[in-house]
Amino acid sequence: MTENIPVLIILLPLCSALLCLALTAAGKNLGIIFVKISCLASFMLSCIQLQMVVTGGTIHYAIGNYAAPFGIELVIDSLNAVLLVCFSLIGFLTLIFADNFGDRKRPMLVGGACAETALLITGLLGMTSTGDVFNLYVFLEITSLSAYCLISLGGSRGVVSAFRYMLVGTIAATFYLLGIGVLYAVTGTLNMGDMKEILSQGGHDDAMLTAMCFLIPAFGIKMALFPFHGWQPSAYTHAEPGSRPLITGVMGKVPAIAMFRFIYCIYGTDFRFVRIALIILGVFSVAGMLYGSLMAMGQTDLRKVLAYSSVAQMGYISLGFAIGTPIALAGAFLHMIGHAFMKGGLFFCTGAIRYKYGTTDINDFGRIYKQMPLTCGLLTVAALSMIGIPPTAGFFSKWYLALGAAGQQDWIYIAVLVISSLLNAVYFFRLIEKVFIRQSSELKMRWKSEALELPVSVILPIVVCFVAILGIGLFNVRIVDILLMTLEGVGL
Amino acid sequence: MINLMALEYRPLIAVLISLTASGLIYVLGEHIRPNAREGITLTAAVLKIAAVYSMIPAVLAGKTIKLELFSIVKGVSFAFNVDPAGMVFACVASTLWILTSIYSIGYMRGHGEKNQTGYYAAFAMCLCAATGLCFAANLITFFIFFEVLTVATYPLVVHYRDAEGTVSGRKYLAYTLISGQIFFAGIVIIYATAGTMDFVPGGFIKEGMLPMPWALIVFFMMVGAGIVKAGVMPLHSWLPAAMVAPTPVSALLHAVAVVKAGAFCTLRVVLYVFGPEAAKACHGADILAWMAVFTIIVSSFIAMRKYNLKARLAFSTVGQLSYIILGICILTPYSTAGALYHIVAHAFMKITLFMAAGAIFVTTHKKDIREMVGIGRRMPVTMMAFTAASIGIAGFPFFVGFVSKANIIMGAVAMGKPVFVATLIASALLALTYLMPVVFIAFKKNVDNPDFAEYGEASYAMLIPLVITAVISIILGIAPNAGLHLFDLSLMAGNQIFTPLM
Repeated sequence: MTENIPVLIILLPLCSALLCLALTAAGKNLGIIFVKISCLASFMLSCIQLQMVVTGGTIHYAIGNYAAPFGIELVIDSLNAVLLVCFSLIGFLTLIFADNFGDRKRPMLVGGACAETALLITGLLGMTSTGDVFNLYVFLEITSLSAYCLISLGGSRGVVSAFRYMLVGTIAATFYLLGIGVLYAVTGTLNMGDMKEILSQGGHDDAMLTAMCFLIPAFGIKMALFPFHGWQPSAYTHAEPGSRPLITGVMGKVPAIAMFRFIYCIYGTDFRFVRIALIILGVFSVAGMLYGSLMAMGQTDLRKVLAYSSVAQMGYISLGFAIGTPIALAGAFLHMIGHAFMKGGLFFCTGAIRYKYGTTDINDFGRIYKQMPLTCGLLTVAALSMIGIPPTAGFFSKWYLALGAAGQQDWIYIAVLVISSLLNAVYFFRLIEKVFIRQSSELKMRWKSEALELPVSVILPIVVCFVAILGIGLFNVRIVDILLMTLEGVGL
Repeated sequence: MINLMALEYRPLIAVLISLTASGLIYVLGEHIRPNAREGITLTAAVLKIAAVYSMIPAVLAGKTIKLELFSIVKGVSFAFNVDPAGMVFACVASTLWILTSIYSIGYMRGHGEKNQTGYYAAFAMCLCAATGLCFAANLITFFIFFEVLTVATYPLVVHYRDAEGTVSGRKYLAYTLISGQIFFAGIVIIYATAGTMDFVPGGFIKEGMLPMPWALIVFFMMVGAGIVKAGVMPLHSWLPAAMVAPTPVSALLHAVAVVKAGAFCTLRVVLYVFGPEAAKACHGADILAWMAVFTIIVSSFIAMRKYNLKARLAFSTVGQLSYIILGICILTPYSTAGALYHIVAHAFMKITLFMAAGAIFVTTHKKDIREMVGIGRRMPVTMMAFTAASIGIAGFPFFVGFVSKANIIMGAVAMGKPVFVATLIASALLALTYLMPVVFIAFKKNVDNPDFAEYGEASYAMLIPLVITAVISIILGIAPNAGLHLFDLSLMAGNQIFTPLM
């Protein structure tokens, strides 16, 4: 049983997604309940797996017992294990949260959305754990297709955004396929470890460079890295509200992991052009951090503010890759985990406010803290974490990034981190000002209760994110130690 | 089983008490009666005082209380280290918390303020952060509390939720967050070059660790956050703007937590990170000292032209805080002790002045000094306290301000800096010129202002704290060591820093 955990983590959401509609047809809530249970199981298994990896080292799992390099292999190192826990938790919380948003009169539609969310979770978890470049493509497509569906479920503007994302996303997928095609042509293998072996013998520099030129834009588009982010703000804004925290919190991060795998685990830092690639990545990150924040300042729809802020925050992650020392990489991954909870949490809040008042325009938020103290508490903590005020998660990832940059004497990166924090402060304090200080606007409550400010299924994710942001901040060293188990070997 | 009452856990307890109080007030505040809510504040304040005071004997005996909790970032612990310098500030902050709290209750109720729950919660949070940064053993722990203090003060500045408050809040955030982020970058650079972040009396930056232009740049990156909070010109303008807040907040900002945290930050950076030698070698201390001199003189002149009593006191604060900065930058044991003791002295004097201003405002709704003619006859106790504190600010013997100033001057004389001596003496006269008119107007002879006929003294909740602080500032002036041995602690800190040199 325990040796099959890596594949079970992916299979459970997959099976539940496939069965969801059939079960929904049989009994109204049966499908959703089944999906939730399997995702919870997937989360618990990934916790157990993390424990196993920390004590026993990297797990290599050959699917169907076909040994690598010919069969498909799942490789769970300490890095993957941590990220899987984080992503499956957010997936599970999103499923709970999504309960409040479906149209009750159309159970098949609700069940369908739920199945798509489960498929998205499958794709994301699969992309994180796989050790095979073609298998990565398959999971990338599962992720993308389910994301197109979920975004198009968000009303007529959602359809347009989804179509736009689909056009760009298909280009990304094609680029990826071309990239790995070139690499396959020179190495004859699809297994990541094997590919690294063959490439490190040298003599493939031209092919590697060509492949890299395809791969960086491919991942750039998928993770919405500036300047490939065009699809992202409208897609994040108009996605189906129930699944939005997962889409915004996790979907951009997983291609970033794949990018890390290619640059550091397959190409390795001995590759002749790696420095140039890192400088280009650094320029993209810096430009993205500044552009995203500046654009976020101009928005009034909270969803758009957060979407543009994601462009900036992805810049932090790729900046860590661009700096490239183990400590900076650890910072990037810590930020990935932290940001998943921050951005997920902020979208839980947005959803909660929308659920209660039906608005997402920040000009309507005057003094809503009186009615929603808990939501606004998380909103504040997550905003402070985005700015990087200690002791929240965002501060510590910034710390490691800056420390890595100082170690490499990249003073410009430190300056950009400082400027970016201050730009974040401008629009997040504008939000805090609206929530706590502005004259209260006359909003009609859609949901009322004497005892609670919101239904339990909305409060639970909010509380978990609140605890996670502070917990990751205060106990970041434990996470960084686990991340460094893998990262010590790679990086500059 | 960990013995939580053990000495080394006291700093943690002192921090956690206010943190818990803040959380309890925020969560329960709207659901319990105001008396119960204020009960939480007062209980926490008493417990905190007990925790802080109980550490004094050990610190006086030369013991250091160290507590390492867990790694906060890779390679550095979240750690407390109670040394004499931190102890001085912690004593001031915890003593004044209880007095300000009692005063706040009188003020907030007397004035019928709204949003009191948020107010008391943020107040407790500020005190938590202030105590935390007193006891922080290394830069990162210090920075965490420093930033928490920055954020926790914001709701107090915007307390009235009006347009003016919003603008001041933005100004406050712009100044403190920018300098805070630059401080952060400085800490990163220091850690990357020195490999350590633990505060060491006398500093840990060795010669040649940072080449010359870098040393000065990093020095100002680090000190910047401190001097912004301490209101050194030309970075002071958030401080008068923050005057829109309720008076107890001004008292907290100006006397207890925020500006003093800035001064304390400067102390830690100059003397515990860079150390006297490095600070002198990079000319940072000199430049800072001249900035302080400039501030002392200019702020006094600005204060004279302000007729809003709180604004006048605000500029007085700007000047007085620069005494501390100057004392630190003269780099002698006596001036350092004087600077530390001025944290105590100024706290008690300035809080008396602010409390008096608040008492006048709540009873008579007067802010302008020119409208206060004859008020001393209606509120004699308040105005007597005000007078005592004013004389103290000017540095008269037998008032607490004298003790600190005399030590700073002694340091300046020892270093052969006549300009600094002249500045300190001139500023005493300037302080008299801007504070005495208030006293004279209040006690103007033969005037019985009909405006005030119906008013008497403020309520006891406001009157008693301000009398206590006034009395303390006289007692400490006559016997600087009375009670808590704060002067000995200051001297100990000064000697610790400079012993390795001598």
